[in-house]
Amino acid sequence: MTKPNENVLDSARSDEYSGWLRKMIVIRRFEEAAGEAYSIGHIGGFCHLYVGQEAVAVGSIGALKEDDVIMCSYREHGHALARGVSARAVMAELFGKVTGCSGGKGGSMHMFDSAKGMLGGHGIVAGQIPLATGAAFAFKYKEVDNVAVAYFGEAAVNNGAFHESLNMAALWNLPIVFICENNRYGMGTALERSHAVWNIHERSCSYNMKSQIADGMDVLDMNRVMTMAVERARNDGIPTLVEARTYRFMGHSMSDPIHGHYRSREEVEAHKKKDPLITFADQLIEAGFLTEDNVKEMEASVAEEISDALTFAEESDMPDPAALFTDVYAD
Amino acid sequence: MAIITYRDALNEALAEEMERDPDVFLMGEEVAVYQGAYKVSRGLLERFGERRVVDTPITELGFGGLGVGAAMVGLRPVIEFMTFNFALLAIDQIVNSAAKMLYMSGGQIRMPLVFRGPGGAALQLGAQHSQAFESWFAHIPGLKVVTPATPADAKGLLKSSIRDNNPVIFLEGEMLYNMKGEVPDGEHLVPLGIADVRRTGNDVTIISHSKTVGLALKAAEKLNAELGIDAEVIDLRTIRPLDIDTLTASVRKTNRCVIVEEGWNFCGVGAQIVDDLQRVVFDHLDAPILRVTGADVPMPYNKQLEKASKPNPDKIIAAVKQVTYSN
Repeated sequence: MTKPNENVLDSARSDEYSGWLRKMIVIRRFEEAAGEAYSIGHIGGFCHLYVGQEAVAVGSIGALKEDDVIMCSYREHGHALARGVSARAVMAELFGKVTGCSGGKGGSMHMFDSAKGMLGGHGIVAGQIPLATGAAFAFKYKEVDNVAVAYFGEAAVNNGAFHESLNMAALWNLPIVFICENNRYGMGTALERSHAVWNIHERSCSYNMKSQIADGMDVLDMNRVMTMAVERARNDGIPTLVEARTYRFMGHSMSDPIHGHYRSREEVEAHKKKDPLITFADQLIEAGFLTEDNVKEMEASVAEEISDALTFAEESDMPDPAALFTDVYAD
Repeated sequence: MAIITYRDALNEALAEEMERDPDVFLMGEEVAVYQGAYKVSRGLLERFGERRVVDTPITELGFGGLGVGAAMVGLRPVIEFMTFNFALLAIDQIVNSAAKMLYMSGGQIRMPLVFRGPGGAALQLGAQHSQAFESWFAHIPGLKVVTPATPADAKGLLKSSIRDNNPVIFLEGEMLYNMKGEVPDGEHLVPLGIADVRRTGNDVTIISHSKTVGLALKAAEKLNAELGIDAEVIDLRTIRPLDIDTLTASVRKTNRCVIVEEGWNFCGVGAQIVDDLQRVVFDHLDAPILRVTGADVPMPYNKQLEKASKPNPDKIIAAVKQVTYSN
């Protein structure tokens, strides 16, 4: 487990930290806005919010190079934003608009921006894990020093695709990091009710793979662990399974209330006390890297950015009807 | 023109495309050291090395998805399934990932990928190893489905499939691997989506693909010799995209049609062709279109039962007699 003194703030990185805090705030406010837009019918289909887990995407993506790639599950708005896809493009995608990052054809679960290495949200649990393994295979094949990252929830580790991928990655020394975002619930089924082994990181033993636990509610810890895993992958072709222990503050999807039948109000409220945004903002203020006013200014500028994204999404055009039949086959 | 086997034609196609494009690699169970379960990849490991000819664990979902992921970042994987019966373990990655990636990404992510291996029945392999899945894959928008019947087509279609920027399901015939035939020398490409009229005739159109092309040609010779019925035999070569123009042109001429396939009747390839044809040539038809298919049962092991379940020339002849009212 993480030792407390491992995550001391480094004053040389204060700008980077401010950037992380701002990104986490962007994700939080974006998701809140998406939830509201969903409830008034501007967003359709399934919509899985990332509220509570922001530190995982921001801290881990902060350890990547621009030309590394990530592949995510369907709870990936936050990863797209953390990877640098604009709030406008992600919101417009949720609205199904042609200006969305997938042209309005992907939706909440299929955010793509290949130029930014955001290679999708994928809607079948664990389906993205072999895909990321394939990207890592390609990087090794092409002898480039890129790294692929697979993000998935803890429920995915019971799926064959997870095990088959870890086996191949370990067998062939592929430059990949597998990040399990353990938020303790696969939809409404608790970890303890679905996993014979409760420590996700122990699953790596079967494949003689390195594993690390990260505090997914702490962006610093997330970044520290990920930095080690990425270096290992990039420099030595050694894959790692990272278990990021986190928690979602909202329901599984928009159709699931915050508490549901499967977890108590007390449990949710207890986890909210470890809110990664508040914790990190307090840390930065305490260290003197930011003032409370700085954080307020940050909140205000994020509010503007989200409001702008909503306006952009609302005012953008629907895809042309002819788009129905394009992009089925490539030339 | 060299006379080589269907197996060696596939081998030549792989070798030539790997030589031509360093992004092409072959991956699958037993493709490297063992030289391929059906020896299609014989010699490729020695020639191209283990980086490009990769033996996998028995992990179809894993390496099927790995191929898709490698294609997403620019490689041109050729993923071999030892048989397409095992591809069902990877069908999530074929259907949910490969077929939809371009569309879901709004046109950003191309999928230059070939899934290849033998499909259909061989001899007495039982229920789980004797299935023709053309219609399963052809059902999915985003996939192409290719079914060569000759060594020349095996080579030319595989080369075109590897160069295609879409996911291609390339179904070989286990019983065709030893078939010998002429293959043009030099660069030989057969475009996807073009059917081949293998025998011209005026009295009835027999539509076939893969192994059933041979059955249709045998039936046509017998029909000609014994009944004076002059059948036109069409080899689809590609199930999707389907060359409907060649089919309608033929039926406009013959006014009668029999469709043969190894797969099951219900929702089969022929069912789709009947639908497409009747919309265009309804007024040209002198009889209902008939289909000859595999029996609507899991494949039995017993030799006699297995034989009875498969399409054969006699079944095709019986159908032709019916549509030509020759009984």
